[in-house]
Amino acid sequence: MEWGKKTAYLGVFLAIALICSYIETLIPFQFGIPGIKLGLTNIVVILALYLIGTGEAFLLSMLRIALSGLLFGNLFSVAYSAAGGILSFLVMLLLKKTDKFSCISVSVAGGISHNIGQILLAAVIVNSFHIMYYIPVLLLAGLITGFLIGLLSQEMIVRLSGLFKK
Amino acid sequence: MRRRFGKNDRIFIGILAVVCVLVFFAFRMLQGPGGSSVTVTRDGEVYGTYSLSQDQRIEITDEEGKVTNVLMIEDGKASMTEADCPDKLCVHQKAISAENENIVCLPNRIVVTVTDSAEDGFDAMAQ
Repeated sequence: MEWGKKTAYLGVFLAIALICSYIETLIPFQFGIPGIKLGLTNIVVILALYLIGTGEAFLLSMLRIALSGLLFGNLFSVAYSAAGGILSFLVMLLLKKTDKFSCISVSVAGGISHNIGQILLAAVIVNSFHIMYYIPVLLLAGLITGFLIGLLSQEMIVRLSGLFKK
Repeated sequence: MRRRFGKNDRIFIGILAVVCVLVFFAFRMLQGPGGSSVTVTRDGEVYGTYSLSQDQRIEITDEEGKVTNVLMIEDGKASMTEADCPDKLCVHQKAISAENENIVCLPNRIVVTVTDSAEDGFDAMAQ
């Protein structure tokens, strides 16, 4: 893909990711436990990973964490999102590189590792491992949301891949 | 490049699902029927232990003595009612009363955990 086109697509993807972040702040997705989210923006990251490229997907992920944190959250939420975002990106990339799994597995692994990354940082910040009490719920939440996001991404990749060939 | 959902995916997601469910039930067993007190820690250090059987209002202060969070104990349950942080996630968390349940205030690094004052929660579990 040529540079100009890539840059334009990245801009569009980033805008969509920010809209997804905004929509998520509107959905009251509370189970009495902070940190559980649908992860709509992960669709955009997965699409970028499959359709544009690794470096671009990582850049997109980091930019949307920084921007959505500043727009809709605070510095704390940026730190947690970044911990989850970086871990989940690495896990998704490794899994995708094996070329043995569909993007649904990639997304599930991403969802779970995102939540693990967040709680690990939280445990370090509050300096207490009691917070690990939330691990089971966060694992299950990551599994379910990751699966849903994976299904959506799969369908979108099928329909959009024509656009990105050359 | 792109792979369809196949056998590998079913095995991978199946294993993850089993692990998640096992962890879920393992932690369920950790949770005692009901604790008798709550322990508040700030920055990993114990700030205080309060009985759940007595209704009370606890003001949690920071190093400079400024009140950052208010913990209320009512009807044997503890809940955070006030916090000076912007997101108020701890205030929105439900009241806790079962052993090892906790409320976390990330910005102020405060953790409120239900404990059994007679013995440590994890020791009690090992019996």
